[in-house]
Amino acid sequence: MNAIGRYSGSVVLVLLAVLSTGCSTAPVIEGGEPEPPVFSAERVLQPGVTHPGDVYDPWQGFNRRVYRFNAFVDKNFLLPVTNGYQAVTPAPVEHSIHNFFTNFLNLNTILNSVLQFSPRKVVQTTGRVAVNSTLGVLGLFDPATRMGIPQHQEDFGQTLGRWGVGPGPYLVLPLLGPSSLRDGIGAGVDWYVNNRLREEIFAPETWHEVVWTTLFILDTRANVAFRYYETGTPFEYRMVRMLITTKRRLDIER
Amino acid sequence: MFLCFWAAPAAAYDYPIADPFLATVVGTPAPLRAPLPTDVPFKRRSTRVLEREAPDALWYDQELRYSYAAQKGPAPLIFTIAGTGAAHDGSKSWLAARAFYSKGFHVVALGSPVSANFVVAASSSGVPGDSFDDARDLYRVMQKIRDELQGKLEITDYYLAGYSLGAFNAAYVSHLDAEQKAFGFRRVLMMNPPVRLYSSISLLDRMLENIPGGPDNFDDFFEKIVDAVGQAYRRSDSVRFDEELLFKAFEILRPTDELLASLIGLVFRIASANMAFTADVMTDFGYIKPSNVRLTRNTDLGVYNEVAMRLGFTDYFHAFFYPYRASLEPGLSRGELIERMSLVTIGDYLRGADNIYLIHNVDDLILESGEIEILEDLFGERATVFPRGGHMGNMESRDYIGRMLSIMDPGTAP
Repeated sequence: MNAIGRYSGSVVLVLLAVLSTGCSTAPVIEGGEPEPPVFSAERVLQPGVTHPGDVYDPWQGFNRRVYRFNAFVDKNFLLPVTNGYQAVTPAPVEHSIHNFFTNFLNLNTILNSVLQFSPRKVVQTTGRVAVNSTLGVLGLFDPATRMGIPQHQEDFGQTLGRWGVGPGPYLVLPLLGPSSLRDGIGAGVDWYVNNRLREEIFAPETWHEVVWTTLFILDTRANVAFRYYETGTPFEYRMVRMLITTKRRLDIER
Repeated sequence: MFLCFWAAPAAAYDYPIADPFLATVVGTPAPLRAPLPTDVPFKRRSTRVLEREAPDALWYDQELRYSYAAQKGPAPLIFTIAGTGAAHDGSKSWLAARAFYSKGFHVVALGSPVSANFVVAASSSGVPGDSFDDARDLYRVMQKIRDELQGKLEITDYYLAGYSLGAFNAAYVSHLDAEQKAFGFRRVLMMNPPVRLYSSISLLDRMLENIPGGPDNFDDFFEKIVDAVGQAYRRSDSVRFDEELLFKAFEILRPTDELLASLIGLVFRIASANMAFTADVMTDFGYIKPSNVRLTRNTDLGVYNEVAMRLGFTDYFHAFFYPYRASLEPGLSRGELIERMSLVTIGDYLRGADNIYLIHNVDDLILESGEIEILEDLFGERATVFPRGGHMGNMESRDYIGRMLSIMDPGTAP
């Protein structure tokens, strides 16, 4: 493990400690009993009917706090810096940086495609990496897409899912965002694998690590359109939970 | 151009989808879309409009969000108002903004006055839906934003546009401006407005009745759609969840009009759930949330979400909006309130306002039969009515955008 790894590990531990204190998700009732509203749940909802928004979320108190923490970091730090990055970086350079990381992460996709016993994904992704690392100059350009080679995205959470591991409880990861216990563990494995690959392929110097990590974070944020608390619904936490859970399920079935 | 469209829209018009349900859901096929700039320099801003503190559970909506795009030199400014519950940066809102920007306008895009953010940040009553109140709230917001932008933009003139419910709002804002004259809009464009709100919300509520097996079966209905999206996703080479994928999902589903109607109904149901719950939290009315329950930032809103999704606009009208209005105006009957929430209420004004233009579709799903004739009567030669397009399905087409921009042309507008 490298310096950034050790540092971020302890940051995560401190965050978890802070965020798990006092996590009640109950409202405050003024007076003894809630005044029945015009449309109470008893009046409107049939018992036993399931809803698409129902996702196993026993750690909701914790998750909601992390969600809000992530929103705070995003709004006050990540988004402004990312906007600055996009403003000063010419579009072709930005694209090349994105291509570069996509190409690099494809190594992890190949690994996971092997683990998932998917020869099609292994062959196609290997083809992509071969073409883009050579013709595409270390992945800065993406001739493979123009040649019609499909881009897959496989991570260790998906591999676990392929092996029959269920998602487990919903989990909002600090800084990384909505996930599940399974996919959170998967993300840890992916992170380790990607770091090792990077160290094997490129020079593992500290300045290099810093530049790499910074660009990776900026590029990742720049390519996600989501903005916290701008979905227009007071039920955003629940909506995001449903969409992410559904999306991951489809990713695994794919 | 204008006369040609007006006299014979059918001859010049190539929007192909004749089924209004399908048109509403899939929109305009890519080859028929108007070419518009994609690099409009939108800036996102938020502004504190009211002194009132936002409730804890809605803390993030304290300020009203809007976006603007500025021309380099002096230019007219156009405000756009989004449709039912939509945000300032929704796809249709920014589509209109991009079109107007390409025509040389500074553009300020506003969210719908029934969107959660607007209700919390800018609705003085916290109970949206009253045509006059919503217009006053919008008017206050527009003046505030103008003051904020005045140092940055050189504004030569003011224009106003809205689509769907936003077009209805625009008519009332223009009516208010005729009296208060803070802007003096050179031109106002109404795109696919409802005529009588109660008719439109009844039509939209009913669309959800098309879910096979009724609302208790919503989970299965949702699964069916997810399955179709999943199949399209598996077959697709792209890892993106995008429009293309939706088109493919539709090819797989081969949706019936019933299914399309329930999808449209669902989109509006989400808007009504967001609006009603937000208004309830703002006022402690006791509609869905017990009036003496305080929600914290951590409260699980799951049950309220499920209940809100079972209630339509008409439930909101009868069990919340009407009782609330009647408490302010003793003696007000339901029938009076229903009739008041209509363009006909300001019909005399609209008939005489030669700066207000209308674009609509004969087969728009939010209109009852006979309402398109009411609009043609109100707007006369200032109405353009296309023969196909459903509700906003043709908005991205060359014909629609072309008409929008020939009406809103700073060069020729009187």
